[in-house]
Amino acid sequence: MAEIRLQGITKIFDKKVRAVDEVDLTIADQEFMVLLGPSGCGKTTLMRMIAGLEYPEYGRVSIGNRDVTDLPPRRRDISMVFQSYAVFPHLTVFDNVAFGLRMKNVTKAEIKRRVEGAAELVQLGPYLERYPAQLSGGQRQRVAVARAIVMEPAVLLMDEPLSNLDALLRLNFRAELKRLVGELKTTTIYVTHDQVEAMSLGDRIAVMREGRIVQCGTPMEIYDRPATQFVGSFIGSPPMNFLRGRIERSNGHVQVGLGDQTLTAPSTLAGRSAGEVLVGIRAENIEAEAAPAAGAIAARTEVVEPLGSHLLVTAAVGDQRLKIQARTDFPAQPDAPLWLRPEPDKLRWFDPESGQELDAR
Amino acid sequence: MTSIARDLPAAPRADREAVAARQARARRRLLGRGLLYAAAVLLALWVLFPIYLITITAFSPRDAVYDYPKQLIPGTFSAETMRFFVDAEGVLGALWNSVLVAVVTLIFSTLIGAPAGYALARFAFRGRDAFRLIVLSTRAFPIVILSIPLAVSFIEWGIYDTVWSVALMHTALALPFTVLITSSIFISVPRDLEEAALTLGCTPATAFVKVVLPLALPGLAAASIFTFVLSWNEVFAAVILTLRERTLPALVLAALNQSPVPFRLAAGWFMLAPSLIFIFVIRRYLLGLWGRVSR
Repeated sequence: MAEIRLQGITKIFDKKVRAVDEVDLTIADQEFMVLLGPSGCGKTTLMRMIAGLEYPEYGRVSIGNRDVTDLPPRRRDISMVFQSYAVFPHLTVFDNVAFGLRMKNVTKAEIKRRVEGAAELVQLGPYLERYPAQLSGGQRQRVAVARAIVMEPAVLLMDEPLSNLDALLRLNFRAELKRLVGELKTTTIYVTHDQVEAMSLGDRIAVMREGRIVQCGTPMEIYDRPATQFVGSFIGSPPMNFLRGRIERSNGHVQVGLGDQTLTAPSTLAGRSAGEVLVGIRAENIEAEAAPAAGAIAARTEVVEPLGSHLLVTAAVGDQRLKIQARTDFPAQPDAPLWLRPEPDKLRWFDPESGQELDAR
Repeated sequence: MTSIARDLPAAPRADREAVAARQARARRRLLGRGLLYAAAVLLALWVLFPIYLITITAFSPRDAVYDYPKQLIPGTFSAETMRFFVDAEGVLGALWNSVLVAVVTLIFSTLIGAPAGYALARFAFRGRDAFRLIVLSTRAFPIVILSIPLAVSFIEWGIYDTVWSVALMHTALALPFTVLITSSIFISVPRDLEEAALTLGCTPATAFVKVVLPLALPGLAAASIFTFVLSWNEVFAAVILTLRERTLPALVLAALNQSPVPFRLAAGWFMLAPSLIFIFVIRRYLLGLWGRVSR
């Protein structure tokens, strides 16, 4: 059992910068948790505090019901994969992987067995006698992973392990990592700024911004029901569209006016006194029509980007822009009019001031 | 594909102009390169020629020293000049003292300087920049002012005119460099590696010994060359702090006025050779290690 419990974790740099600000998070045993956020959001600092490489000013860290807040890394039963790989250049692959086991005084035969086992798992078998300088970036990354998993830790920490690999390698290694961690069933925390990585790997994702967790949930929850405008625009490619509208009431119905057109809004929005509201909708949840249709919003095509599997259309509604995913056979032409039909149950409503989702369920 | 394109006749005019411009640029770069090499050769000669002259004269018969014009190609080899120098009163003893002082200086300054360098490299402590500045500013202190009171103190402590007093003085002289150089060496060892060791069961001390030290070794060796040569060549403090237990430079300096020219040349070569050998030996070791470690 290695549940991780973070309570009120706060890290202050230079006496004023709150890099991590009162974070509460519980990660279940065997869970794969992704910390996702833009650079400087505090995700790496948070992970380093779980590793013991950094100590929080306030708050407690516990791993498997053991308070480890004041323990050094070696007493926490964790292993970490660093963004830079941090493979020891003066040691062979074998010695790199064996490093931690030797520190724990494991017997020679046992070390050999476990190192070879771990090397097999990450397909490094033939390279055990090489030095890191003789390996490619991807292979060095495997060494770093093998070195971490060979310890059979309670918690596996990974700090942007794929960010230094090139795109194709990253795609392959991502899937491999998912399989590997799935087999190991180790509680894992994974830091990344890449939302695709986060979506593909995580059991749950904690989206961070300015030292706080803005939303924590399964990838689909976060994709479908972003808690704030920030989450909606950070996750998904293209990001969620946001249109600014005005709440209007006409004979009992609530509507949101976009320029001179209107969208039907859920009645729960009626509680808000007339004012502005942000409508969020994902590109794939808007249907594009080439001819006027009842209830569709008139727009003008600005840019058409054929992406193979679909067209990415940038359209203007009044003076606001949004992206639509259209079928490849859609007759899109720059400057041509088109009509948009958003799926009503995919519309999300946000407060334009705070960016928080308005509870319209 | 490209070879076909190149074989096409009559390239458009704009293309030809571009090619001409590229060639002109290449010519200019070649010229710049040539000048650079010429300057490098000149500088190398500036340093090497006197060394060469000293060497051939030191190994020629004594009369050859007075030959004019000088012969650039060594004539008859003779150890006579060298033997004269080596046999001279106190030379071997001074040589031994010099080696001893340099080695003790090396050990002291590394033992004291490297930890300070490590602290400067890794820890953000209050007054770090001030410390760096103060360390450097000790070099602005004239040795003359330091030497006399030190001589008095050493006499009181009973270590005046010993290898130890000179070694202590040289350690003090070498420390600022040792501290600053080792700090830059430790900075160049990525912090991540140390942290990785910490997560793999190391204490800060074992992480240092098992990871930082092996990686810093080439740099530390380079720093030690510097210290060795500094101590080997230092003459002023050595003259003031010793009477009978002279180091080689002190002995040579004291004897210089009364000695014949062949003696001076032989002494010059003798001062030069060990530092050159030391540098060559350690340099090969440096390149070997760096070649393996760097990607």
